[in-house]
Amino acid sequence: MTSTAKTSAPLSNALAWILGSSVLYAGAVWLVQDRYYQLLFTLAPIWALVGVAWNIFSGYSGLMSFGHAAFFGVGAYTVALLMTLFGISPWFGLVIAGFAGAGSGVLIGWPTFRLRGHYFALAMLAFPLALLYVFEWLGFQEVTLPMMRENPMAYMQFADQRIYVLIALSLLVTALLVNLKLAHSRFGLSLLAIKQNEAAAMACGINPVPWKFAAIAISGAFTAMAGGLYAVVLLIVTPHTVFGMLSSAQALIVTLFGGIGTIAGPVLGAFVLIPLGEILHAELGHKFPGIQGVVFGAAIILVVLRAPEGIWPWLQSLKKKPVTQDPEPLSLDVRSFVRSHFTTEHAPRQLMSVKDVTVRYGGLYALRDVSFDVYEGEILGIIGPNGAGKTTLFNTLNGFVTPLSGVWSMNDQTLSGRQPYDICRAGVGRTFQVVRTFPRMTVLDNVIIATFFAQSDDQLSRNMATLAVDRVGLGPRLNSLAASLTTVELRLMELARALAPQPKILLLDEILAGLGTNETEHVLKVIESIRQSGVTVVIIEHTMHAMVRLTDRMLVLNHGVVCAEGDPQVVTSNPLVIEAYLGKRWSARAQA
Amino acid sequence: MSDWTHQLFAMQLPDGWVLLENILQSVYTGTIVGCIYGLMCVGLALIFSVMRVINFAQGESLMLGMYAAFFCFAHLGLNALLGVYIGPFVSALLSGVFVFVLGVAIYELLLRHITGMRVAKSEGEGHYPQLTLTLGLSLMLSNGALLLFGSTPQTMRTPLSSTAWEIGPLGETGMMLFLNQGRTVAAFVAVAVAMGVSLFISRSRVGTMMRAAADNPMAATFVGIHVGKSHRLAFALGSAITAIAGGLIATYYPFQPYIGVEFIIIMYTGVMLGGMGSVSGAFLGGLTIGLVQQVSTLVLPNQLQNAAIFVVFLVILLVRPQGLFGRSVERV
Repeated sequence: MTSTAKTSAPLSNALAWILGSSVLYAGAVWLVQDRYYQLLFTLAPIWALVGVAWNIFSGYSGLMSFGHAAFFGVGAYTVALLMTLFGISPWFGLVIAGFAGAGSGVLIGWPTFRLRGHYFALAMLAFPLALLYVFEWLGFQEVTLPMMRENPMAYMQFADQRIYVLIALSLLVTALLVNLKLAHSRFGLSLLAIKQNEAAAMACGINPVPWKFAAIAISGAFTAMAGGLYAVVLLIVTPHTVFGMLSSAQALIVTLFGGIGTIAGPVLGAFVLIPLGEILHAELGHKFPGIQGVVFGAAIILVVLRAPEGIWPWLQSLKKKPVTQDPEPLSLDVRSFVRSHFTTEHAPRQLMSVKDVTVRYGGLYALRDVSFDVYEGEILGIIGPNGAGKTTLFNTLNGFVTPLSGVWSMNDQTLSGRQPYDICRAGVGRTFQVVRTFPRMTVLDNVIIATFFAQSDDQLSRNMATLAVDRVGLGPRLNSLAASLTTVELRLMELARALAPQPKILLLDEILAGLGTNETEHVLKVIESIRQSGVTVVIIEHTMHAMVRLTDRMLVLNHGVVCAEGDPQVVTSNPLVIEAYLGKRWSARAQA
Repeated sequence: MSDWTHQLFAMQLPDGWVLLENILQSVYTGTIVGCIYGLMCVGLALIFSVMRVINFAQGESLMLGMYAAFFCFAHLGLNALLGVYIGPFVSALLSGVFVFVLGVAIYELLLRHITGMRVAKSEGEGHYPQLTLTLGLSLMLSNGALLLFGSTPQTMRTPLSSTAWEIGPLGETGMMLFLNQGRTVAAFVAVAVAMGVSLFISRSRVGTMMRAAADNPMAATFVGIHVGKSHRLAFALGSAITAIAGGLIATYYPFQPYIGVEFIIIMYTGVMLGGMGSVSGAFLGGLTIGLVQQVSTLVLPNQLQNAAIFVVFLVILLVRPQGLFGRSVERV
């Protein structure tokens, strides 16, 4: 398939870049004789490694971590203490540090992932600082790695400092390769989806929690290994240097400076900023103390104001001017929609059953004892005036809202009490009243996200998604960014996303809202064709005209209570329904 | 009290009255220090609640407040003019003016470009530029101060700093309490400033506009409020308030250019405890930190004082993410 070629070309390109530039770097370093500059060349990849690790977590998940010093410090102390207390070589120490970092990541994430936004960011800040004081109190104010004169190699002690550069470099390359692999897999895509819209991701069957844990564990492992190597290179570890604010800040700074969410960004940031700071400090530090901090700070401020995305994306935008070409117009099937009458060969079979669902917000009942059944293969319309509880009903059915009471099940499989992603996996697809997209992803990626739980093979996932996009008639927009779509295209994309994993039932929330006449006809036909392929549809809609034409049965909600149910023609002439919509006077007139 | 703590105290303290004396003493010191922390937190909370920016440079406002107060006291002649008793406190208040002006300048030159309507509503991603910028600002200010003022710790100690009101001995118990005069006066000044700020925000016309801009920047614009001006005022005022707290701390605590980091954590913690965005909550949050810090010295070794703060912080965060004293203000 062509799409395979598309993804693998930049992948091998990036691979060549990473390997090529690290060979060049190693070669350049080999020519450096000055010990101070050799140290500098070691520190740059170490901090780049921290930046890359930070980026794997915060860049992809969108959860800002101010606490990566915790992992850095854990790694540094693991290596240092293993060597001083037990005589274990850093060669093993570094590996153990990696596991310790991953473990701390899980331990820290376990309570902290419950928090969001600013709360998460600030909570992360507390961990390294608490550890700082604990390590001071334990009496590890200064741990010096002992010199091993007998067998320096076995203890990672080299007379030639350039070896450290190679070790740092190989760790960095490993991290970059892992990052590259992750970015092009469902790992990266799922995390990006969670970052851009967590609710939508959950409605697509993605459980955010394991992904976040995986990200923090990987990130923690690499950061801890960087910390461990830092200890080996500097031979001395103090709580302030490894757990201090500056360690966390350094990770943030090199990444944000270079470009967050990009693979090359943190590396670029570290290789510019770390040498700059160190050289300023060495050359001018005695005359102007703090000069490196001032220049560092100024550089960061300048980047934020001039290139807020970071240096790397800014450089790329200089390189290639984006060519804006008008996409070919979407061909909508604008012929007037005519319903094919719903018939089943057998007696209607119950697919979903909802019993006594009650939702209360404070003292207000949004839904009260709502019960109904959905039959296999039908299109059930749910109507009702504003505030009747229609969207709340959908939010309850797919797990976003926890009801006060009530049970619902599909094919005898209980759905109540389950998480949104779990309900999605059981075969309940969903679109939203206000379209929830992953705006900075392509249409295809948006839909691929939804197929992950149904298909474990990435390539087959892609095929499923492409098929769904074609089915709703959005084929020409396959590679457009979601943010660039029109209203009808967004609605169709969401429909494709709900459809892609082949659900048993689709919940469509005001999918026709804001569409023009022709667009409505197109969407109606898509919905009908979905039903014909065997998917049951439940649809909330205000446009009574369209609903009467589309649905097999209707359910009317008013003030959170089911007030009528049955054949569309009968329901719409029900005086109770007219009263709910138009008031008493009109229902009296209709009866007269 | 559990058996375990009984045993612990029994080892150190022969007499129950001494224990009570220690508790009272640390509660008193905690309250006094806590009031000053509270004021410090009010500054950060004001900025956060209006601009939705986590200001990393707030510690530097505190540090600049200390140096500004020192400058007023030692070099502007407030020392000679008002004497060593009133001089330091007036200097602390004046430092607020200095930092207010600086805050306006920083807003106009830098923050204006990356805050405002666009980011006020966004959660997460929209904040990267602001975080980076205030981080850069923090680096520049602290290292710039090092360039200008050097690394030698300074103090603005007054005769009050080393005198105490003595209470007791109380009857036959023999309990004695020492109330440090310098800190006590500083705490009263802090409470007065915090109350003034609170009145300004809740009662004044400008304060109401600021609250409106914080609550819903879009709607505020529609009713003719200049959101940018509100942000500028909030940033300058928030920086000035923390600076005043810095000036007050300088009367009893030696300081150097990197001192901001020591206190920024206390500020974050206090603001979180108070429920981010609640100004009065932030004061109570700061007060709580002061108490926890001082009372924890009764049971924990000195080095773990700050670790205790973080543990309390994490526990409260996990049990009540909306803060101890706040409703949930974080927008969803």
